[in-house]
Amino acid sequence: MISELSKAIAALDLPADWLGLRAVKDTSSTYAVRDGKPETNGKSLTQGVMVEVLVNGQLGYGATNSLKLESLQAAAKTAYQQALTASQWSIHPTTVAERPKVVGQYSSPFLKPLQSLTAGEINEVLVKLCQTLKVSDQIVQTSAAAHIREIETWFVSSNGSEVYQKFLTLATDYAATAQAGPVVQRRSHNGWLAHCHQGGMELFLTPELWAEVKQVGEQAVELLSAEECPTTATTLVLDPDQMLLQIHESVGHPLELDRILGDERNYAGGSFVKPKDFGELVYGSPLMNITFDPTVPGEFSSYSFDDTGVPATREYVIRDGVLERGLGSLESQARLGLPGVACARATSWNRPAIDRMANLNLEPGNASFEEMIGNIEHGVYMQSNRSWSIDDQRHKFQFGCEYAKLIENGQLTKTLRNPNYRGTTPQFWRSLSQLGDRSTWKLYGSPVCGKGEPNQTIWVGHAAPVCAFTNIEVFGGGA
Amino acid sequence: MTSSISSSVISPRSSAELTALESSFAQVVEALLRQAESGEFLTVKLSSERSQFIRFNQAKVRQIGNVADGSLKLTLIRDQRTSYRSFPLTGDLEVDLQQAQLALADLRQEVSQLPIDPYLVIPAGTSTSHDVHLGQLLAPEAVTSTVLPIVAELDFAGLYAAGLLVRGYADSSGQKHWFATDSFALDYSLFGTGGEAVKGTLAGSTWDTEAYKTQIEESKAQLQLLSTPPKQLSRGQYRTYFAPAAIAELVGMLSWGGISEAALQQGNSALKELRRGQKRLSPRFTLKENFQHGLVPRFNEWGETAPIELPLIVAGELVNTLVSDRTAKEYGLAANGASGSEGLRSPEISAGGLAREQILAALDTGLYVSNLHYLNWSDRPTGRITGMTRYACFWVENGEIVAPIENLRFDESLYRFWGENLIDCTNFQEFVPEVGTYGGRQLGGCWVPGMLVEGFTYTL
Repeated sequence: MISELSKAIAALDLPADWLGLRAVKDTSSTYAVRDGKPETNGKSLTQGVMVEVLVNGQLGYGATNSLKLESLQAAAKTAYQQALTASQWSIHPTTVAERPKVVGQYSSPFLKPLQSLTAGEINEVLVKLCQTLKVSDQIVQTSAAAHIREIETWFVSSNGSEVYQKFLTLATDYAATAQAGPVVQRRSHNGWLAHCHQGGMELFLTPELWAEVKQVGEQAVELLSAEECPTTATTLVLDPDQMLLQIHESVGHPLELDRILGDERNYAGGSFVKPKDFGELVYGSPLMNITFDPTVPGEFSSYSFDDTGVPATREYVIRDGVLERGLGSLESQARLGLPGVACARATSWNRPAIDRMANLNLEPGNASFEEMIGNIEHGVYMQSNRSWSIDDQRHKFQFGCEYAKLIENGQLTKTLRNPNYRGTTPQFWRSLSQLGDRSTWKLYGSPVCGKGEPNQTIWVGHAAPVCAFTNIEVFGGGA
Repeated sequence: MTSSISSSVISPRSSAELTALESSFAQVVEALLRQAESGEFLTVKLSSERSQFIRFNQAKVRQIGNVADGSLKLTLIRDQRTSYRSFPLTGDLEVDLQQAQLALADLRQEVSQLPIDPYLVIPAGTSTSHDVHLGQLLAPEAVTSTVLPIVAELDFAGLYAAGLLVRGYADSSGQKHWFATDSFALDYSLFGTGGEAVKGTLAGSTWDTEAYKTQIEESKAQLQLLSTPPKQLSRGQYRTYFAPAAIAELVGMLSWGGISEAALQQGNSALKELRRGQKRLSPRFTLKENFQHGLVPRFNEWGETAPIELPLIVAGELVNTLVSDRTAKEYGLAANGASGSEGLRSPEISAGGLAREQILAALDTGLYVSNLHYLNWSDRPTGRITGMTRYACFWVENGEIVAPIENLRFDESLYRFWGENLIDCTNFQEFVPEVGTYGGRQLGGCWVPGMLVEGFTYTL
């Protein structure tokens, strides 16, 4: 493909300052079973080429699902005309330096190829998972789903870039719904599609899977007779499967430079973070160390180059609680004059790259889980996201979880249902009081982060330890 | 059998593209259906677009481009088992036919491995339809010079998306549907120096520069109202007027664990208590699916045609839910043309008695909420929704706008705001277009009034 794209670039006859072709071939398989019966089986292929043309300091794009040379030429011509038309209205004089020459490749690590299990074998496992989830007659619904994806990307440019990357991913979701009279409770395997990683089919049948899934069913039943989460201000302990959402919404999105620049204001919103805050803002307590790290093996959003060809490196975004850099591409960095990261990413061939978090992780501390709980006189420990909402400046948030435990005198005691909490971003992160050690640090993520105009859904990875926050407003369900 | 042809002014470019696309679809479908073996059922679904996208910020161009996309979804049913393959429809017949053959062969190999599906929907009937709505859009090269000079002095951000959208369907039982529309949507926000903002949307099939100018003037006037310092409100319950755009956000929640029959049967619906008669909604609340507007296709993924109107909640009572053929099979019910996801496709909430000029007086003292943002169920079984106010929202005292407000979080049950606390709906509806572009430009929108609600709960 690289040579075909290079030939296409050579054949394109346009007076452009720069040309880039990014081809994507994305094959995704979806398998879903409910109550042991098939719901969805199928495979989707999307492929096409994004042609970018730089003229008069303005980029234009043309995207086509046809790989024929004449289609690429037509797309390039459209892109050129669009760029030319827009150049007098350009928001930023783009230079070729924002598309540096790079050559290299990347491949997800894996042990067993994605094709090592057939559709029939995958369905057999999903049916068995539903059976395992149904631990009681009070379980009224079980579901199991697997999303398996192979994405290949090729990027070539008129200044000599040649990049090939291949991503193998698996995301799973297993859940049980329990009912007793009017009470309905749903429990899942760490939250909706939170189990998502890069790798092969070794991720599907892990040694601990069956015990974890049985526990999901048992906890759904346990929640039926649990007390409502109390309404109070207390110490909140969050499991890494909820920290993934907390990091994503209240650190990732507000630090995207395109939000700070205002590009995103009409859709998802802006940010409470201002350009002057970089290097100054005390974002959280001194325990807070956040890294942008696309180099973690097996994490969902690892890569070697972003979608504009910029090499990806691990960078501190927040160090010892202080904001250091934003999540912004070379274009956004040039527009703001601030440091960023290699994060220009596109959901597919048919969308232009925008600023995106990739793997955004909270680094671990030194306390064991037992030590953390042992230090808390009164608190609530919550697991697995079930509800999320945050304002357009990423300031006021409210999140809900599936499962919680009361903490009393250094012990986990009663199970609590319908646990929710709310707060404001800096206040919340400045209340971070305890940080779990490496043994509590877990990798999760999401395949469905939405952003951009036109809209794009992209995959993100988040790793975190167990965390404790003091004096947080928690509450339960009921109208 | 249904059949209709409608067209407005046809742009030559769209017409040619459409003819080529319909020809490609027909040829691939014909080749596939010819190969259906005894005991096999095939369905073919098309989704395609030729779109121009321009993203704006600060009344400048942030990104500009075009996307030519299209995909076919081929479903094979055999021996009570099913699977699908989705692949590109490029318009290159040789390439497309090769992909189609590969997909069919792959499906035949896979389907026999799969478990039996007891709720399988087998295509039936011979209905056909052909709806084409072509319009007069701005020439792609004319958009920036038409849109931007009018807002050059403003902090204008948003997206212009325009072009041809096509949905097609064919199956081995003989059903065939075609829906094509030329359309545009300009979804924008104007910002003041303090970050305050108003939102506007212009959508349709024919661009009207004068209408655009008028709307921008109205948005500027609204922005002026926001220039005073915002009032900080403490948490609590406030009488609130929700403008139609805010109501559209709330209606959208019903497509996510609301009006779906499957969600109700499986204990996942927020309307469970309404179904059981344990809770009631206001007699002033009436919701229906209304396909009279013609902006979305009436056919679903099984080629079934939805009724032109389907009442769902009438005067506060749940009279129908959205029942797909698959759900109907599982629970022994009658299907009503719903899609597989059982979401609203063309919702309409009935108007009430509140006149536009009476809104502020009827509100008296409370909140005027123009829009809502980032909604989610905070407790689905009790119908509780959380979210944020956004854009031009005001504090009103004695029927007069006093000041804009700082954005507030709400957490409230639909059984309260569409139930006992619903004071009235406006006597007019507004069309709120669907401007989403995930996976491609979306179709349609909803028709909703504004609503006046007592004691709405704000939490942060």
